[in-house]
Amino acid sequence: MAESITLQIQRYRPEEEEEPVWQSFEVPRHDEWMVLDGLNYIKDNLDGSLSYRWACRMGVCGSCGMLVNGEPVLTCATYLSELGGGRGPVRIEPLTGFPVIRDLVGDIGDFITKLQRIKPWIIRQEDKPLSQGEYLQTPEELALYQQYSMCINCMLCYSACPIYALEPDFIGPAVIALAQRYNLDPRDEGSEERGDVLSQHAGIWACTFVGECSAVCPKHVDPAGAIQRYKVTATAEWFKSVLLPWGKR
Amino acid sequence: MVQVGVAAVGQTVNRINPKYQLYHPKWYRKDYPIFWWLEKFAYGKFIVREMTSLAVGYTAVLLMFQLWVLSRGQETYQRFLGFLESTPVMIFHGVVLAFLLFHSVTWFNLAPKALVLRLGRWRVPNALVLSGHYAAWLAATALVIWLVAR
Amino acid sequence: MRPKRSREPFFWAMFSGGGMLAALFLPALVLVLWFAPPSYPELVGKVDHSLVKLALFGLIMLSLFHWGHRFRYTLYDGLQLSHLYGLIATICYGGATALTFLAGYLLWTFP
Ligand code: SF4
Repeated sequence: MAESITLQIQRYRPEEEEEPVWQSFEVPRHDEWMVLDGLNYIKDNLDGSLSYRWACRMGVCGSCGMLVNGEPVLTCATYLSELGGGRGPVRIEPLTGFPVIRDLVGDIGDFITKLQRIKPWIIRQEDKPLSQGEYLQTPEELALYQQYSMCINCMLCYSACPIYALEPDFIGPAVIALAQRYNLDPRDEGSEERGDVLSQHAGIWACTFVGECSAVCPKHVDPAGAIQRYKVTATAEWFKSVLLPWGKR
Repeated sequence: MVQVGVAAVGQTVNRINPKYQLYHPKWYRKDYPIFWWLEKFAYGKFIVREMTSLAVGYTAVLLMFQLWVLSRGQETYQRFLGFLESTPVMIFHGVVLAFLLFHSVTWFNLAPKALVLRLGRWRVPNALVLSGHYAAWLAATALVIWLVAR
Repeated sequence: MRPKRSREPFFWAMFSGGGMLAALFLPALVLVLWFAPPSYPELVGKVDHSLVKLALFGLIMLSLFHWGHRFRYTLYDGLQLSHLYGLIATICYGGATALTFLAGYLLWTFP
């Protein structure tokens, strides 16, 4: 091994320890290695019991998010050689805000439950018959929501959000951005149903626009912007419903 | 064989962490630090931004006090001017002004996030929304100075 | 039954309006009224105009509600007091409302 770099990894093996402990590993230092390559090296050569999630290693599956030197990142898209001047040590922890099951694996059940609550699919009051073909869309219509459709559910934004850590009920950045992905889709007719979930304190109103969710998002979804835009929409709706109570809502 | 093996593992692990029960998930939950906004520069900036509300509230209240002082007559107003000129008050108001400016800057910088303007098919670019806000700030400041100093 | 929607939009609108007016006008007002204050007759003459009074009322009211809303969330999250949800809301918005009435009275009876 010509050059090496130290990875300090938070281990948590519930059958062995009550609290997580730090363990250091020396891995080879290659310019083109990502943090995930370092972890895979450990798993293959040093300690096969190390647990972490990954799948695509190309920034699409959203499963390899971890805290690297305190920042939530995709480990498959973060160069080891660019951390701490390339000398290390590099600290790797599971994402903040999620209970740790083992080592670097967090429980994401809460996120999945919340994601289902906003019905992330296209809702139609009445589906047109199959014989009439697909719902066509112009590029302009696509542009209305495309940014929000880029979300890969990596949950880095949850990890960066202090409100999610403080208020476990908060539905969180990505879920709101994904709700907007469908709300702003001209084919969708479900924004009212989603509004019932979003326009609660635990929906958009718990957000105080810290803005870190957008700073860490690897796909430039800008969930913070999505939340602010929805606040404007919800406020306009509210005033409409108060000033025109005989209207639909 | 398998059964025996699993039971044996259960016994060994029980010896290492006596509180652990085999097949019962035992999650680790970390407490969130009380002073979480000291942990990251961006969080610190956030909390300072939120604290500007105190400067806004203070300014509103002291403006009300200034109105009351004005309605009490010239003598009271002179005493109020004396209060404004004392060094500690000057310093304090300097700090208040710094917070107000920080509020203005952060407010305008974040405004394009909430304000997505469309003219027909054309989406007004963020840079334009942003510079519009700064232009309005300039105009408002000029208006106030013109009104008072005229 | 639909879940009840919160009243938050109203307060958020006040917060936003106040944030905008405060950002636009307060630094300039602090400069000219506290750091280079005009003389008594000058200032009285300028304030004693119904349009100016109305503008001042709007500015003060919205600034107060801006404080009330933002400070409320600072207490919830910054100091982790969200278990005092109702109490904090009452103090913040109640305080802003009471001071708004006071501002209205001061301007109505001015000078
Ligand atoms: S919004 Fe961005 S950070 Fe959040 S889950 Fe989606 S891709 Fe990840």
